[in-house]
Amino acid sequence: MKILVCISNVPDTTTKINFTDDHKSFVSNGVTFIINPYDEIALTRALEISEANAGSTVTVIHVGDASAEPTIRKALAIGATDAVRINANARDAFFVASQIANYAKEQGFDLILTGRESIDYNGAQVASMIGELLNIPSISIVKSLTLDGTTVTLEREIEGGKEVISCPLPLVASASEGMAEPRIAGMRGIMSARTKTLAVIEPSDVPALQTITNYDKPAPRSQVKLVNVDDVKGLVTLLNQEAKVI
Amino acid sequence: MSVLVYTEHAEGKFKKSSFEVVSYGAAIAQQLGTNLVALSIGNVSSDELNKLAQYGASKILSVSEDAYKSFVNQAYGAVIAQAAQKEGANVVVLSASFSGKGLAPRVAVKLNAAYVDGAVSLPDTTNGFMVRKGAFSGKAFADVSISSENKVIALMPNAYKVVENSQNPNVEAFTPVAGSNDFATMIKEIVRASDKVSLPDAELVVSAGRGMKGPENWGMIEELAQLLGAATACSKPVSDAHWRPHSEHVGQTGIAVSPNLYIAIGISGAIQHLAGVSSSKVIVVINKDPEAPFFKAADYGIVGDAFEVVPQLISAIKEFKAVNA
Ligand SMILES: Cc1cc2nc3c(=O)[nH]c(=O)nc-3n(C[C@H](O)[C@H](O)[C@H](O)COP(=O)(O)OP(=O)(O)OC[C@H]3O[C@@H](n4cnc5c(N)ncnc54)[C@H](O)[C@@H]3O)c2cc1C
Ligand SMILES: Nc1ncnc2c1ncn2[C@@H]1O[C@H](COP(=O)(O)O)[C@@H](O)[C@H]1O
Repeated sequence: MKILVCISNVPDTTTKINFTDDHKSFVSNGVTFIINPYDEIALTRALEISEANAGSTVTVIHVGDASAEPTIRKALAIGATDAVRINANARDAFFVASQIANYAKEQGFDLILTGRESIDYNGAQVASMIGELLNIPSISIVKSLTLDGTTVTLEREIEGGKEVISCPLPLVASASEGMAEPRIAGMRGIMSARTKTLAVIEPSDVPALQTITNYDKPAPRSQVKLVNVDDVKGLVTLLNQEAKVI
Repeated sequence: MSVLVYTEHAEGKFKKSSFEVVSYGAAIAQQLGTNLVALSIGNVSSDELNKLAQYGASKILSVSEDAYKSFVNQAYGAVIAQAAQKEGANVVVLSASFSGKGLAPRVAVKLNAAYVDGAVSLPDTTNGFMVRKGAFSGKAFADVSISSENKVIALMPNAYKVVENSQNPNVEAFTPVAGSNDFATMIKEIVRASDKVSLPDAELVVSAGRGMKGPENWGMIEELAQLLGAATACSKPVSDAHWRPHSEHVGQTGIAVSPNLYIAIGISGAIQHLAGVSSSKVIVVINKDPEAPFFKAADYGIVGDAFEVVPQLISAIKEFKAVNA
């Protein structure tokens, strides 16, 4: 099995988000970046499959500049075989998906995994776009993925339930909670990551279709109205008459 | 020119999110001075299809070939793109439902369209075409300016109100052309917990955290939810410990919800939890610790022990219902 895992580099989940005064860009000064948590789940599942199928490889790919290299090295430390960085500013999901699809076309992967969405732009776009660009199936928001020969069985989240799907390889899937318990890098992994290959490739030309022209933070909530613990009925009245939600 | 909306159904019944999408699409069509076409795929009765006209669809395309009976991401994406081409639609709207999130990017690639996921309001067309979406997992909004002629938008559930806008029902059969690899995948099984309200679409959510001490104490949470017609949710440690299924985990790394009412019981209000729930319209927090950070993000709060407050809340709501029935 040749598996490709797409990694995005995102602000740590505890980050307080701030923008420049003109609201045009995110202030990344002083922000710690991590592997997108869903991508960690995808990577772990890829490693599990690779361990169960001798001769498999797990390549991680990132589209972005050199500042993401610590994150890529971390993926190598967790256990990826090798890594590729497409040296470009990831302008939008279509740009990212196009770069990854081009690389995948050359290399031929059996399975491509992404996270269900990046926790910064929350696009949930890249997996399906890669699938479309390669004309192969894509299954989004997958909570379980098992391989049996060349057939994959996936469970995907749907409103109020789940759908069990069977799909031949090659295929793209986006990982959600439940697909695997993320692994952490051990000392040996960290040491061996230093010597693993991290290839840097120049991007192909892809037009931008959209730009983010403004960011805002949600308006702060007004002060909480505390209801006395002896007056739970009062809360119901407030929810009915003031908030009008019940 | 026209606007096309894809309307999802579950077992032949349109979901509320589909009527939201039709209402939203109708408003965009009006902004652009054009008409709205709705597309339905799979077996839906004509009575049900006609409902789409109530919210502003002046034409309804229905695909009823057997091959398209159940959802196949790649095949449905191809149908939506073909319908857009046939209708000359340069704006295509879907719901940002689980299925919609998988479909929309494929449609966008086929149409060379810019794609805005998770839109939270109508596009601003005064100067170009700009759509507002959530970003940084509920910690911010981003305005996306689109330069391409074709546009695909996935609308967040609960972000746009259903508006009545009655048109004459006009249903037309549509026969798509299948691509080479469209039906590679196959649904083996669909499991629906039919008695429960689905979390992403829910208007009311009752959520509980580690303060509940253990899975055996969820009976009162379920009872409260059922009484209100609410969906149940939980914090991440709760699903990590398998007290509740992962599908209930809300927050930055779980489901993002924006119900009218979010009741948080025994949840501290960590930044990662707030990220996924802060766009709820009204937030109620029940926590025994007055210093719990969640109170800063709440509209109403009770400082108290959940094991005392929740049963009282259940009886207060029963009483309220009895009076207001
Ligand atoms: C990468 C990452 C991603 C994360 N993503 C998410 C996410 O998506 N969603 C999420 O929820 N968390 C997420 N977390 C975890 C988050 O940081 C918190 O640890 C978590 O939200 C805490 O859950 P909790 O409030 O249920 O538990 P706790 O923090 O243990 O809080 C329990 C609360 O219950 C109260 N309590 C205790 N007993 C009672 C009682 N009898 N009555 C009333 N109140 C009581 C306590 O005062 C306390 O405030 C993430 C963490 C990381 C590192
Ligand atoms: N710059 C990037 N490089 C590689 N993979 C990415 C990049 N951005 C996003 N991805 C992948 O696509 C998934 C969904 O991202 P998004 O569509 O931005 O929500 C992420 O979880 C990653 O797996």
